[in-house]
Amino acid sequence: MDKLSMVDAFFHARGVHTMDGYHQQMPLEGEVRIPSGCAISGIIDRSGKRFSARDAITSISVMHDRSNGLGGGFAGYGIYPEYKDYTALHIFYYSSEAKRACEDFLEEHFDLINLSKIPTKKHPAITDVPLIWRYFVTALPTKLSFSQLDEDEYTARCVIRINREIEGAYVFSSGKDMGVFKAVGYPEDVGEFYMLDEYEGYSWTVHGRYPTNTPGWWGGSHPFSLLSYSVVHNGEISSYDANRRYIEMYGYACTLQTDTEVITYMIDYLHRRMGLTLEEVSHVLAAPFWSTIERKDEKERAEYTYLRNTFASMLITGPFSIILGFKNGLMALNDRLKLRSLVAAEKGSRVYLASEEAAIRVIEPNPDRLWYPSGGKAVIVTLDSVQEGEEHGYQLPVSAL
Amino acid sequence: MGINYLYPPFEIIRNQDRCITCRVCERQCANLVHHYDAEKGRMTADESLCVNCHRCVSLCPTRALKIVKTDHTFKENANWKTEVIEDIYRQAQTGGVLLASMGTPKDYPVYWDKMLINASQVTNPSIDPLREPMETRTYLGKKNSKIERDSEGRIITNTTGQLKMDIPIMFSAMSYGSISYNAHKSLAIAASELGTFYNTGEGGLHKDFYHYGKHTIVQVASGRFGVHPDYLNAGAAIEIKMGQGAKPGIGGHLPGSKIGEDISATRMIPLYADAISPAPHHDIYSIEDLRQLVYALKEATRYTKPIIVKVAAVHNISAIASGIARSGADIIAIDGFRGGTGAAPLRIRDNVGIPIELALASVDQRLRQEGIRGNVSLVVGGSIRSSSDVIKAIALGADAVYIATSALVALGCHLCRTCHSGKCNWGIATQNPELVKRLNPDVGSQHLVNLITAWNHEIKEMMGGMGINSIEALRGNRLMLRGIGLNETELKILGISHAGQ
Repeated sequence: MDKLSMVDAFFHARGVHTMDGYHQQMPLEGEVRIPSGCAISGIIDRSGKRFSARDAITSISVMHDRSNGLGGGFAGYGIYPEYKDYTALHIFYYSSEAKRACEDFLEEHFDLINLSKIPTKKHPAITDVPLIWRYFVTALPTKLSFSQLDEDEYTARCVIRINREIEGAYVFSSGKDMGVFKAVGYPEDVGEFYMLDEYEGYSWTVHGRYPTNTPGWWGGSHPFSLLSYSVVHNGEISSYDANRRYIEMYGYACTLQTDTEVITYMIDYLHRRMGLTLEEVSHVLAAPFWSTIERKDEKERAEYTYLRNTFASMLITGPFSIILGFKNGLMALNDRLKLRSLVAAEKGSRVYLASEEAAIRVIEPNPDRLWYPSGGKAVIVTLDSVQEGEEHGYQLPVSAL
Repeated sequence: MGINYLYPPFEIIRNQDRCITCRVCERQCANLVHHYDAEKGRMTADESLCVNCHRCVSLCPTRALKIVKTDHTFKENANWKTEVIEDIYRQAQTGGVLLASMGTPKDYPVYWDKMLINASQVTNPSIDPLREPMETRTYLGKKNSKIERDSEGRIITNTTGQLKMDIPIMFSAMSYGSISYNAHKSLAIAASELGTFYNTGEGGLHKDFYHYGKHTIVQVASGRFGVHPDYLNAGAAIEIKMGQGAKPGIGGHLPGSKIGEDISATRMIPLYADAISPAPHHDIYSIEDLRQLVYALKEATRYTKPIIVKVAAVHNISAIASGIARSGADIIAIDGFRGGTGAAPLRIRDNVGIPIELALASVDQRLRQEGIRGNVSLVVGGSIRSSSDVIKAIALGADAVYIATSALVALGCHLCRTCHSGKCNWGIATQNPELVKRLNPDVGSQHLVNLITAWNHEIKEMMGGMGINSIEALRGNRLMLRGIGLNETELKILGISHAGQ
């Protein structure tokens, strides 16, 4: 029996069946375990030129065997220029009751500027499709003012609340001028399903999933996203529960029991809420060894020590390679032992990041430069238009990294 | 004196064929058990005086001695056990409170032994500590809750009140008075070599030990013995002792007979005067009062040293810890009811308090629920017996552990549980100069260094097995633990799943 059949059998045994296009009793992360790698890929055009997800689809399809058909997904940045000032909420619904409850909640907290089903096309490999809706919203000014929060924090808390409290509703994308598209299936099929070659963005990330802790469900596919941060991840972190129990102190609810979710929340906390630069974030998540820190000059030693000590519980151990999508840029980061593969390349204004060199060469056979980032050393790429320090991201030429 | 109903608990078996009447046993026994019978030309023993400390057994050159538990018994009774009857005899005879030393020997559940540690297989690789760095360094102290930057945008890194430890293990409080000069010196030397800390307890800091200050935690207990500005500033951290695991709610008493010149000077009390440390600090009757002392000590040391508040594990410990975390303390030390002591009322030692495992799990969870876990570090003690106990404590949520009994055992203690007699034949819990010199601090410190180095190796191996290469990633990582043979309530309090789940 292949793995997909095993999963089907599992659903069947639990009385799960398809009705109106969605699962009635979808097992969530952690309820079953399927031992298994993953594939990740990302492309950014630093000039800001927008392009379709076709290259991302081609790149990930080369790494087909790193996935097992139990999850694939994309994040595109710059895809909603006409709504760039509004938060785009992408939501899965597993029942019409969930949709009603969630929309009531949205009405209560946001001005809804536009809403629609996210366009998809039938694909034989993508089945058991939930209801997939998209809302362009802005925080209700009175509610926002009353909450004494800034808009991002307000939105983040609403998203976390929906995911935690409204059964059957899952907000899987909540950024501005960006969106996540994910499903259970092979990533190239997911790309076709969402017709992503009809979208254009300045950067794309993509994930092919080989889940280790789940039968694969739509919400559990990557990218994981909160506000404009999205993370695709290959690995299984051994620090998960230490990270989870720490970050949950700050209002995040790790309801999905997966590594990627907690990594996304830690990045949001460190970068948005604590105001660390992305490079500093990388010094927390994949902190250099103490022996390395001790070899640095006094100022750097003090900084690294301070970060590692202050955010000790956000150190990630175990294998991971991640690509973080953020407003105006991408960051790639490997665990400090480089237990998972990660390759970077540059050609003109384009920067490519992927699990395998082949996944880059298939779309750019002759890069100007190709390299294997060291463990714990972040590759941070931003649009040329971004000023240094803007959005706390570094504007560094890739060649300097 | 009336009839003594008690039969000695131990019998001394001497192999007369092996005994060469060298009289080592006689010279080594501070309890005066052994005698040379000149008439018969052989050694005899008064076993009623024996505490089973094994000094004579260990030093007998011909291995002629062994000590066994007596088989003399009362009529079998599951309720009125021998020890119960004997305690009644003792109290009926003396009218006094029964005293005991070290941790409770009662058969309460040891939760460390009911938890199993995880290891990686296939999907998440284990890490080989022989090939890859494996970090056990820990910083104790309050973590900043926000980032501040200078005018150039660089992070301001002024951090005060942090204890840097190369290993997550410290030597717990044992006062000069309850243990000997040489025992203290052994601890001080070992802590310095290991990059960790020892703790003065409530006895002050002997003038000879000031140069170990960087590795010393100075304690302020209710008696305020030996507390003065130089003392406060000599240590790396200051610990306010509110209670200890072996005798929660009870103070201390060092009999005047032990207050010799050195101890008198160190404690700043008259020669041969009883040193009574009351249970309460008489200036602390609320959490607000505790806060005042915390900040008084911070003021006295110009906010350069972390303040530890040590409490015993008791029924409402999570709420108490929450209060302490809000009192300005940087570190909370919690001592479980199996913790050791030089002397405690037996009934209290054996019946008051709760196990440290449950206290730790409950406190860590409560502080996280309140969002204040970063305000304090948690150090736990109360019968940490091995490296696996350390791993389990950290996975439950501790930043570091305190050990004391294990350290004394490494110094040669045989857990005869009669420290309060002052006749420690191993030179540890005594002030008798003849006995004190039996413990060579150079040898003693080497044993301590060996013990902790060995534990550290084991910790690294187990962490590597879990795919974790830094102690931070183990802290509070309860997924790394599974309960075995625990009921639902116990699992819930510990916050772990059962084995197989």
